[in-house]
Amino acid sequence: MTEKKELWRWTESRWTNPDIDWKGKLITSGVDVGSVSSQAVILADGELYAYSNMRTGSNSPDSAINAINWAMEETGLTLGDIAYTVGTGYGRVNVPFSQRAITEIACHARGGNHMYGPSVRTILDMGGQDCKAIHCDEKGKVTNFLMNDKCAAGTGRGMEVFADLLGVSINDVGDLSLDVDEEPPPVSSTCVVYAKTEATGLLREGWPTNKVLAAYCSAMAHRIITLLERIGVEKDFAITGGIAKNSGVVTRLEKEVGIPIMTTDYDTQIAGALGAALFAKALKEKGK
Amino acid sequence: MIANYGYKDGSGDFFISIDTDRCTGCRDCVNACPYGVLDVGPDENDPLSDDEVAFVTEDERKKIKYTCAPCKPTADRPPLPCTAACKEDAISHSW
Repeated sequence: MTEKKELWRWTESRWTNPDIDWKGKLITSGVDVGSVSSQAVILADGELYAYSNMRTGSNSPDSAINAINWAMEETGLTLGDIAYTVGTGYGRVNVPFSQRAITEIACHARGGNHMYGPSVRTILDMGGQDCKAIHCDEKGKVTNFLMNDKCAAGTGRGMEVFADLLGVSINDVGDLSLDVDEEPPPVSSTCVVYAKTEATGLLREGWPTNKVLAAYCSAMAHRIITLLERIGVEKDFAITGGIAKNSGVVTRLEKEVGIPIMTTDYDTQIAGALGAALFAKALKEKGK
Repeated sequence: MIANYGYKDGSGDFFISIDTDRCTGCRDCVNACPYGVLDVGPDENDPLSDDEVAFVTEDERKKIKYTCAPCKPTADRPPLPCTAACKEDAISHSW
C-alpha cells in the first residue's frame, strides 16, 4: 500500500539575510512557540538577519531549541552570541534560553508595525489555533485587543483539516477556492469538526472540490468578521499568521470588510517572533 | 488600552473589558470579586510599561461565562460587584 501524501502539511522554511555581517552587532532574538508552528527570528542591530519557521512538536522547549538552531544554521552564530531572547506564543514560558516571556498580543502588534509600517492600525493574527484582533498606535503599542482561543473556527488548524479531507495541498487551497463561477453559500457550522461533516455531505451531493473549499473559506471569513466587529476595523488593516497566505480567506475578508488588506514581502508567520526580537532589543537597551 | 479577556464560541460572546488607561491598579475589583476572576499586576500586553493594572486571570479566561454566572441572575440584574467597585469605571462585561 502506498503511503498517503500529507498535503495539509505546510512547508517549513528558513532564511538568512546575505547582506548582513552580524559580527560586532547587537544580536537579539525572538522565539514564538505557537500551537501549530514555531518561529525564531534573529536581529542584528534591529535589522532582520535570519529566521526559521517550522512545525511545533509535542515538546515546547525542544521546539524552541529546534527553531533557534535552524535559524542560526549557516550563520556561524551560537546561543552565546545572542544578547537577549524573548519568548512569545502559547509556549512562551517554555523557551529555556529566553530572558523574558511576552504575550503574543504585544509581540504581534510590534512585529506587525515593523512589517507593515507605522500606518497599520488593525492587525488580525490568524494563527494555528487562535485568532487575535489587535488595534495599535503608530509605534506598535497595543490600544485594544481581543483574542479567541476557545473556538477553532477561523484557525489554521481548521484549514489543515479541510486540506486533508479534500486531498488538496494547503498552499493551493486559497487559489482553488477562488476558482468558482458563483460564490456558494458558506458552510453553516461554526465548529471545524461539524463543518467537516457538512463538507463531506456536500461532496456526496456532487459538489466539486473547489466549490467546497469556497464554502469553507467564506465561512471562515464570516466568523472572523463577527470577531472583528467587537473592536472594529480601522485603516490600515493587515493580517499576520499562516492564514494571511490563504488568498481565499483574505480576498473574502477584504470584500466583506470593505477595507484593502495590506501586503508585505515578509513571511506573515514570523510577525510574533519578529515582535519578540524587537522587544528583546528594546529591553536589552533599557537594561531590563 | 482596552483589554478584552474572554472568548466567543457557539453559545455567544463572553468578554470582560478593562480600560487600562483608566485603571489605577487599586485592587478594589480584585477584592470585590467573589470568585477570584480578577487580579492586578504588570500589564502583560505593554511590556515596556511599569504600571500595574487589573486583568482577568489566566485560569478564568476560558470559563468566565460560568464563573461570572452567579453574579448575573436572570430574574434580577443587580450591579456586578466588579463594575460597581471600580471608581474609574474601567470594567465592563459584554454579556
